[in-house]
Amino acid sequence: MSAETQILVMSDRDVVAARQQGRALALEAGFSASEATLIATAISELARNIVSYAHQGTVTFKPLNGHGGAVGLTIVAADSGPGIRDVSQALRDGYSSSGGLGLGLPGVKRLMDEFEIASRLGSGTTVTVTKWRT
Amino acid sequence: MPGRERTMSKEALLHRSRIVAELPRGESQSELLRELVGHLRQNRTLLREEWVRRIGEAHLLGAMSQEEIFQEATSVYDSYVAVLETGNVDDLTAYARNLSERIIPRGVETNEVVGIVLLLRDVLARSLFAKYQSDFEKLNRVLDAYEPAANRIANTVAVGFVQERERVIRQQQEAIRELSTPVLQVRERLLILPIIGVIDPQRARQLTEQLLRAIRTNRAKVVVIDITGVAAMDVTVANHLVQTVEASRLLGATVIVTGLSPEIAQTLVTIGVDLGKMNTVGDLQGGIEQAERLLGYKVVLS
Amino acid sequence: MQVPILKQGDVLIATIQAALSDADLLELRSALVQQVVRFRSAGVIVDVTAMDVMDSFASRTLLEISHMIRLRGADTVIVGIQPEVAFAMVQLGLTLEDIPTALDLEEGLAYLQHRSRTIN
Repeated sequence: MSAETQILVMSDRDVVAARQQGRALALEAGFSASEATLIATAISELARNIVSYAHQGTVTFKPLNGHGGAVGLTIVAADSGPGIRDVSQALRDGYSSSGGLGLGLPGVKRLMDEFEIASRLGSGTTVTVTKWRT
Repeated sequence: MPGRERTMSKEALLHRSRIVAELPRGESQSELLRELVGHLRQNRTLLREEWVRRIGEAHLLGAMSQEEIFQEATSVYDSYVAVLETGNVDDLTAYARNLSERIIPRGVETNEVVGIVLLLRDVLARSLFAKYQSDFEKLNRVLDAYEPAANRIANTVAVGFVQERERVIRQQQEAIRELSTPVLQVRERLLILPIIGVIDPQRARQLTEQLLRAIRTNRAKVVVIDITGVAAMDVTVANHLVQTVEASRLLGATVIVTGLSPEIAQTLVTIGVDLGKMNTVGDLQGGIEQAERLLGYKVVLS
Repeated sequence: MQVPILKQGDVLIATIQAALSDADLLELRSALVQQVVRFRSAGVIVDVTAMDVMDSFASRTLLEISHMIRLRGADTVIVGIQPEVAFAMVQLGLTLEDIPTALDLEEGLAYLQHRSRTIN
């Protein structure tokens, strides 16, 4: 139940695998189909960032059992890529360094309940997000 | 709760090493537990009856018949002894959940469930006391072995019950919310969603999901969301409204918003909504007329 | 995972049958554009009923498909977006603005027919 699962992400195929795994875990933990889709969508964005910017990294799933029967799922997307120069800028809507729609990180933040990012130039980025079951 | 179990077993380990250290010739804790389990199995009928009697005396489980209490007591007793024997609470957890599921609808309260488990702990402790009172040293060791296990059992049952109760409450809240916002189908392919009262973000979210599902199941082409009955709307909820309109369109349905008060219109403008892009009509009647035009029905003016 | 493209009269119908990778989506884009030119189609329907997730990349690619096809004189309709998928999309800020949407294939075909009637 509370075992961690990790997926290596190196290609766009892995992006699909990661979000499918995330959805399965979310449904298993009792999330609604709608919540599971929010989670899967967030994973898709995070995993794609890994492939596009760092070429490879990992997505880790951690099922949570909090106080009072709270159930959640934490997803950690980590890479050792170039890092993000200006994190606060990357969190603003409309920003993208690869000429995309620039909705990646702020959108992910909206989809999930908790969002944390740690990034250092030259040593990589780790995004940790959590969704709690309603 | 892996964290809790880890701490428990660590405590148990410390406990065991302490006993072994103090009593080099004494029994190990598992031996003690085995002996204890044997005693509880042997005196099953007697102890179980004593327990049921005490439950009656304490006026617990008033919602259940004597026969039911006896049946459940038997199952709890056996699971209890099994936990003492194996140290594994999985079966007990499952049983506690199942029991809670059955008795919560009948109005059994948390204090009653906690109460009966504590009573059983007491009945068993008294019986151990009676058996070992001549050998005080051994009595102490037996109780030392018994207590953490008994506490863990009480905790498992209580937590199981509370969790189940919370689940039931959540379910009821959900049902009430669904009831309070009906999605009405007034004619083929036309849905009306009259929103009344206070909308918090959670309810707004629920409304959206409910409407989106209804659009699909009813194959709706036009939706009229009437917010005449909504006095105020904060920015979060206003955002939800906009998202609902956008998501409905993604499914292929057109949304008409009616009954928009000047205050809410102001809020929408503040968060950057282009009201010109949103389909708004003054009142519900006007909204339905426009919907019918969109659907290709002829509107007869009376 | 290749997306089958069906020709029905002057309409092309692409039915996505499973989760698509980015490469699959790009392949779909070029296949659709090529076939619109080849068959001189008037309309394209992309049926996304089976899509589990519509993230920013998928959304962007659908927008590009629609724009590229419009430049070749045809209309694109996206049909079959699931309620949960739509819910996630709008929270992500993806609204596919400017692309017509319809509930399902039938509705999508009706839309294209209606449109060609009004234009001619």
